[in-house]
Amino acid sequence: MKKLVLVLLMIATTVTFAQDKNKRESLEVDGVCAMCKSRIEKACFKTKGVKSAIWSVETHELKLIFDENKTDLKTIEANVAGVGHDTKALKATDEAYGSVHNCCKYRDEEVQDDHKKE
Amino acid sequence: MRKLLILLCFVPFVMLGQNQITGIIHEANPDTKQQPLFGANLIWLGTSVGTSTDIDGQFTIPFKPEYKQLVISYVGFKSDTLTITTAKPIMHYLNPTSDLDEVIVQSRKKASSRSYLRAQNTILVSSAELLKAACCNLSESFETNPSIDVNFSDAVTGTKQIKMLGLSSPYILIATENIPSIRGASQAFGLSFIPGTWVESIQITKGAGSVVNGFESIAGQINAELVKPSTDNAFFVNLYGASSTRLELNTHFNTEVSEKWSTGLYLHGNTHQEKHDVNADGFMDMPIYSQVNVMNRWQYTDPEKGFVSFVNLRYLRDDKQSGQLDFDPDTDKLTTNAWGSEIDTKRYELSAKLGYVNPEIPWQSLGVQFALSNHKQESYFGLNQYDIEHTSIYSNVIYNSIIDDSRHKIKTGINFTYDAYDEFVIAQNFARTERSFGGFFEYSFDNLELFTLTAGLRVDSHNLLGEFITPRVHMRYSPWSKSAFKASVGRGKRSANIFAENQNLFASSRAISILNTTGAIYGLDPEIAWNYGVSYLQGFNLFDRAADITFDFYRTDFQNQVVVDLENAQEVSFYNLEGDSYANSFQVELNYNVFEHFNLRTAYKFYDVKTQYQTGKLAKPLTPKHRVFGNVSYETEIKNNSNWKFDLTYNWLSEQRFSLTNNNPIQYQLDDYSDPVGTLNTQITRVFSPKFEVYLGGENITNVRQNNPIVSADNPFGSSFDTNFVYGPIFGSMYYAGLRYKLK
Repeated sequence: MKKLVLVLLMIATTVTFAQDKNKRESLEVDGVCAMCKSRIEKACFKTKGVKSAIWSVETHELKLIFDENKTDLKTIEANVAGVGHDTKALKATDEAYGSVHNCCKYRDEEVQDDHKKE
Repeated sequence: MRKLLILLCFVPFVMLGQNQITGIIHEANPDTKQQPLFGANLIWLGTSVGTSTDIDGQFTIPFKPEYKQLVISYVGFKSDTLTITTAKPIMHYLNPTSDLDEVIVQSRKKASSRSYLRAQNTILVSSAELLKAACCNLSESFETNPSIDVNFSDAVTGTKQIKMLGLSSPYILIATENIPSIRGASQAFGLSFIPGTWVESIQITKGAGSVVNGFESIAGQINAELVKPSTDNAFFVNLYGASSTRLELNTHFNTEVSEKWSTGLYLHGNTHQEKHDVNADGFMDMPIYSQVNVMNRWQYTDPEKGFVSFVNLRYLRDDKQSGQLDFDPDTDKLTTNAWGSEIDTKRYELSAKLGYVNPEIPWQSLGVQFALSNHKQESYFGLNQYDIEHTSIYSNVIYNSIIDDSRHKIKTGINFTYDAYDEFVIAQNFARTERSFGGFFEYSFDNLELFTLTAGLRVDSHNLLGEFITPRVHMRYSPWSKSAFKASVGRGKRSANIFAENQNLFASSRAISILNTTGAIYGLDPEIAWNYGVSYLQGFNLFDRAADITFDFYRTDFQNQVVVDLENAQEVSFYNLEGDSYANSFQVELNYNVFEHFNLRTAYKFYDVKTQYQTGKLAKPLTPKHRVFGNVSYETEIKNNSNWKFDLTYNWLSEQRFSLTNNNPIQYQLDDYSDPVGTLNTQITRVFSPKFEVYLGGENITNVRQNNPIVSADNPFGSSFDTNFVYGPIFGSMYYAGLRYKLK
């Protein structure tokens, strides 16, 4: 009986550990400017359970904090790709990419160069 | 997902808290300005763990013991690699590359700027702006800022007072490091008790401020951040001398005591011992004085646990003497031998702050503030004796968090204040104690693009003001590029310290009368006002150079005000407002970067400030209807670590109404209005190296003077004597020189 309780307890604790309410993750998302930043971050917040999303224009790093009980990284990535931004794991569809503003066409080298001058 | 969970159940799983390092990256520039680098990249060598700095040059990067080498790089700068052994905060300077095979386009951070993103109409004044004038103390640090008006309060004490939106400083909440500090007994001279070199930056918020700092602000809030032991220079000295024989000395010493503790000792002394009488009216144009001001700060920083704390101790002693040239305090004090005045102030302060930011959850933080001060002023003005002692306690607990996600932020907390006043006015004692306890809640929403909203509410219980609520709302809307429409509305309430705030009136023969007797403060009721404001900021490019223009309009409507009625030249009466009292203020400001290193700031202001007096609805005395402001600054290219800086500021004020003098004898009657007055200030700074610079300046170089600032100067004990009809400079032009020497 004792052993059973112990095992159950262990399972319970590992479960609570795994279900982190404030899980931190970081991933790379392509984009070029402040408009992209707001588009990417908004897409993250559209995902229920995301508490904080900060995308850096310079490093292209998206820092996330989310509740694992409500969402996971895959869902968030899918939403980011859904508004037209590539991540390492998930390329945005042409349709989604087509929806971003012309000045944000980050796959285009000319656009990239334009933003480097800023 | 479910499979993953089941798997996880069998894998013992431990989350280790990740350590973090915070820091700030600056440009190592020879003109020694702290120029934070925005967007510098940091990466741990051999890993993909990295980050970049924000607009203030600040960064946070995860830290593990196995990370050793931190690479800092930025376009146009030499990359540096630091060896990191502990999670101490990093302060690093990057050197610009000198190879000229590439052209680097850089934007310089402006000395003072308005925020496009904040909901509040806040102007940030950086240390660079503060160096544009000698600004020996806080009251002089607004000379280059068009939003604040600086003028003399009277012809004898030499005190500069500030106004905002047409209202004098009691209606502005003035705080140092977010602790309300210039209030009560220190209202009249408090700005001159904060040395300029102690000030790191200033934030000026027009209109209703945040509810976090209390219910007292009506026209706006000014917050001065002071230099901090961990970031200020290890050693700093500033020496200043003026042609009026005013001398000032500032020294800062900062040192690390241990890994987490640092301390700073800041000494300020100023003295002026020569009597001047340029206008030959028998009175000194400025007081003779001396001040000793000492502050000791202790800072504790533990980034791993997320703690930062400050403890400050301060002592001030300030002695002024003014009045007739031949006045001798030893023999003539409180007699009619000669007219003179002495104001001696002693002040002790202790304040402490503790901040905790959850290292795991960046949006969660808790701040605790506590301040204790004792302010004692003993003074007399001619035959009028005025003493005040004010002991004050301020404490505040504030908690920051989010609702759902970081677009919805909340601030909530409680504060407690205690003020004990003991006054001796001419021949009467006044004593009162004020206690208030309140809670606040502020919600801000940012949709990350166009729209920000901040709504705050306070509920306070005050032993003299009663129970009341203070709502304040700010919003920002940016429909197109580089634009910001802002609107704010808010309520403020305060008890008027009629004597402390109007001390200048003691330097006259006016008889004092208080017409109401039923109120809780000197028989008067608390002041209540609503402030409404709209502003529009637009950045644009003109001939390929950056420019921005701001229009703002504010209205302050008093529901009750303690009216200071000077319309009878031999009397001052205080009474509760019956009827209208409002202040309308319109301002347009243009900033333009004309060419490289050459900046222009110009502004026009219109004031319409009227109050219902017993004799009718009149414009507020000594408030110009129009003000024109211009400032140009130019810096030469930096060569061999040295360069020149030039600054020129022009101020023009239209005619100002004098309160009525028609019941004075004919020779002591003034016109209805003053003359317009324009003044020109300039300063040249020569930077020799990052360590050493010298400055030379002139105030009022066109030597503009108000000729007869004192009414009845020839008969100072007669019933018409008054030193308060001051609208312009009394002393004429003044030249000064100084040096700054610092060791990092």
